[in-house]
Amino acid sequence: MRIGQAIKSLFLIEFVKAVALSMRYFFAPKATINYPFEKGYLSPRFRGEHALRRYPNGEERCIACKLCEATCPAQAIHIEAGPRRADGSRRTTRYDIDMTKCIYCGFCQEACPVEAIVEGPNFEFATETREELFYTKERLLANGDRWEREIAANIRADAPWR
Amino acid sequence: MPKIVIDGQEIEVPDGTTVLQACEMAGKEIPRFCYHERLSVAGNCRMCLVEVSGIPKPMASCALSVNDLRPGPNGEPPQVFTDSEVTRKARQGVMEFLLINHPLDCPICDQGGECDLQDQAMGYGRGVSRFREPKRAVENRYISPLIKTVMTRCIKCTRCVRFIADVAGLGDLGAIGRGEDVEISTYLDAALDTELAGNIVDLCPVGALTNATYAFRARPWELTKTETIDAMDAMGCNIRVDAKFDRLMRILPRLHEDINEEWISDKTRHVWDGLQKRRLDTPWVRENGRLRPASWEEAFDRIAEAFPKDAPDKAAAIAGGLAAAEEAFALKRLMQALGVASVDCRPPHVPLGTAGGRAGWLFNATIAGIDQADAILFIGTNPRYDAAVLNTRIHRAWFDRDVPVALLGEKPDLFYDFNWLGDNPQVLLELAEGRHAFAEVLRKAERPLIILGMGALKRPDAATLWSAAARLAQSVEAVKEGWNGFSVLHVEAGLVGALEVGCLPDDGGRDTAAILDAAEQEELSFVWLLHADELDMTRLARPFVVYQGSHGDAGAQIADVILPGATYVEKDVTFVNMEGRPQMTSRAILPPGEAREDWAILRKAADVLGVDVGFDSLEALRKAMYETAPHLAAIDSITPADPAGIGEIARLGGAIDEAPLKAPIADFWLTNPIARASDIMQRMSALRKDRANAGDAPDGGNGGNGGTAAETTGREAAE
Repeated sequence: MRIGQAIKSLFLIEFVKAVALSMRYFFAPKATINYPFEKGYLSPRFRGEHALRRYPNGEERCIACKLCEATCPAQAIHIEAGPRRADGSRRTTRYDIDMTKCIYCGFCQEACPVEAIVEGPNFEFATETREELFYTKERLLANGDRWEREIAANIRADAPWR
Repeated sequence: MPKIVIDGQEIEVPDGTTVLQACEMAGKEIPRFCYHERLSVAGNCRMCLVEVSGIPKPMASCALSVNDLRPGPNGEPPQVFTDSEVTRKARQGVMEFLLINHPLDCPICDQGGECDLQDQAMGYGRGVSRFREPKRAVENRYISPLIKTVMTRCIKCTRCVRFIADVAGLGDLGAIGRGEDVEISTYLDAALDTELAGNIVDLCPVGALTNATYAFRARPWELTKTETIDAMDAMGCNIRVDAKFDRLMRILPRLHEDINEEWISDKTRHVWDGLQKRRLDTPWVRENGRLRPASWEEAFDRIAEAFPKDAPDKAAAIAGGLAAAEEAFALKRLMQALGVASVDCRPPHVPLGTAGGRAGWLFNATIAGIDQADAILFIGTNPRYDAAVLNTRIHRAWFDRDVPVALLGEKPDLFYDFNWLGDNPQVLLELAEGRHAFAEVLRKAERPLIILGMGALKRPDAATLWSAAARLAQSVEAVKEGWNGFSVLHVEAGLVGALEVGCLPDDGGRDTAAILDAAEQEELSFVWLLHADELDMTRLARPFVVYQGSHGDAGAQIADVILPGATYVEKDVTFVNMEGRPQMTSRAILPPGEAREDWAILRKAADVLGVDVGFDSLEALRKAMYETAPHLAAIDSITPADPAGIGEIARLGGAIDEAPLKAPIADFWLTNPIARASDIMQRMSALRKDRANAGDAPDGGNGGNGGTAAETTGREAAE
């Protein structure tokens, strides 16, 4: 027992082992990334910032059925509806989401019969003031326009499981 | 009394009960679309199929009488299975067929959330459809400017057709085509000429007929529902007011078997926008001939300055048709404390309350009593406009029991046959003296009903007509043990309540007609108007006028001080309907801005004018009111009036004018400030006028060419 200990001490075996471990990790691929210059992988099901989508012809999808408002567990969504002036079809006159209330559960997206309200891949929407997080219909539609390509790709990717 | 076994539970039911009713008695729910308790049985939706022992196929329970079922081989009662495999499969099959042509556009349908088809598809449907072919589509039909139609959603239950035919009494709505091509239509695409059309929206089990004024405004789950009482006519219809936050969204009927059953008129239903338009939301005072907004303190200071403290006989007060019982009572108390004798709640010339007590002003036969009447005479009224829902009972009496109906007064279009006795008031004397043929009909009847309208009671010779009607009631024995057929048909919600609490002139006081005369001759210097707008306001130009009310209407125009009050959906007050039935409203929303509940305004006025009225809270006010009129404490029950009063009225006598009897309401849609503030009511009124001008006058039949300008506008608005 004492001899074994003596040999380990004499040949610095534990020291060598530690250096080997360090070297292995030194040359192994890194787990951390250099955010914000590098970004990690996001699932197509990722639930980020909300967006209201349009049809390819530019018509907004939302038909003001209010199912997202009804299902929202945080009561973050507020909708007012009315007949659209041009053709009397059912549209929202107001569509507000209080992003400070939202818990990103994705129920609104699940409830939507026309895939209008979606939680897109964007998670970088921190603001300096609280008021900026009270999203209006214009803001949500603008989000939809900006992220449409990614959102559509995500929906396509997830479609086989739905 | 046949016996029947429902899911193993044996019950005995009255003769003529249908299997569906028997199942309900046994506490089993049967899904249905076309069956409705108050309509004739159609049996065309097939949703109520049940399995019955001894019958190989499932049977439509709504159209199958229990009496027609055969007992078992050993005489055992027939068995019905409401939850067997056969029943369940039958329902799933029917549901699948119903959904074949239903568009499933629930997300954009206003019925979503309160749709029978949605609920029953969830409860009894299969959940999937095997139909892969294209769905049928149907063109939308114009049936009323207040009803939006999406006919593709229609499942052909024909509830609307049966309501319009059986209850409203028109033949204008029907189903055309056969099989898949059946369509509900007014044939000529003309608007339904009835005041009850809105009810078919409630009856429609799907979203084919929806409320045009409520289109897309809210979902049922986000509404606050308040059960309250209507004040658009004197029936006291039970309603439910739906509000979202502080905004009214719609008004729906509530069940009350003895008053409105489950119908309300279109005015009651669609007046909601008037309740929030042209509102007085702050006090106003007149300065250099112009009104300007002011504070409550300033308004009350003006009143204290203007009130003639030393000469209370130079002051007067009038309560109008929208003032509730508590408010009329508080006004009377305030004026009594101030020594003012001239307080009145009646329109000019109305003699009610001068003799005979309560029997003189109540609808003594009661509204439910119409179902027992076997001869009906109208005097100076158009029941279709005065009380549209009451008219359905008259229609039913005529339709089901062939009750003879006669009308003395301006000739209306009532959708049932009636004997028009002309509009000469002398005929009433002939009737009372038994010289008229219809007097014989009334005399032979066991329960004759004499309905005296406000058209006869607003004339200068009203007391004479009132007395003649009472004499007629006595001569044909309309007033006897167990039946009092002498009935006054009121048109204003508040009048009976105000009469019950004694809001009438004291000894030496002036009545409304005298107040107006005195105001013109400058014998009055101060007039308090409480929700009173139906007066000739030019005659009140001289005195200092305080107008307390909810809307900027006739009264507010001439007022020197305006005190903003609350409407009937914004306060908890008592309205007494024409039968003398007190009912309590509930607050659905808060009054706008600075407006306050009216009793509190009157209480504050007492402080400002330095008198004591003996109440500090609504409870104390009610307690004092119940001391004056104890029967008002019995909410929702009728205390019958002593019929002896009718004899007293009969003895009044007097001379009759030659002027023809007029209907009390000239324009059904615009009878009070709330209705006049409503865009919907204004539009409906314009539409009716246009129809009349186009030669399609209300009494020119129900045809309608459907091509007038306003109707086209209405049609565009509805689409």
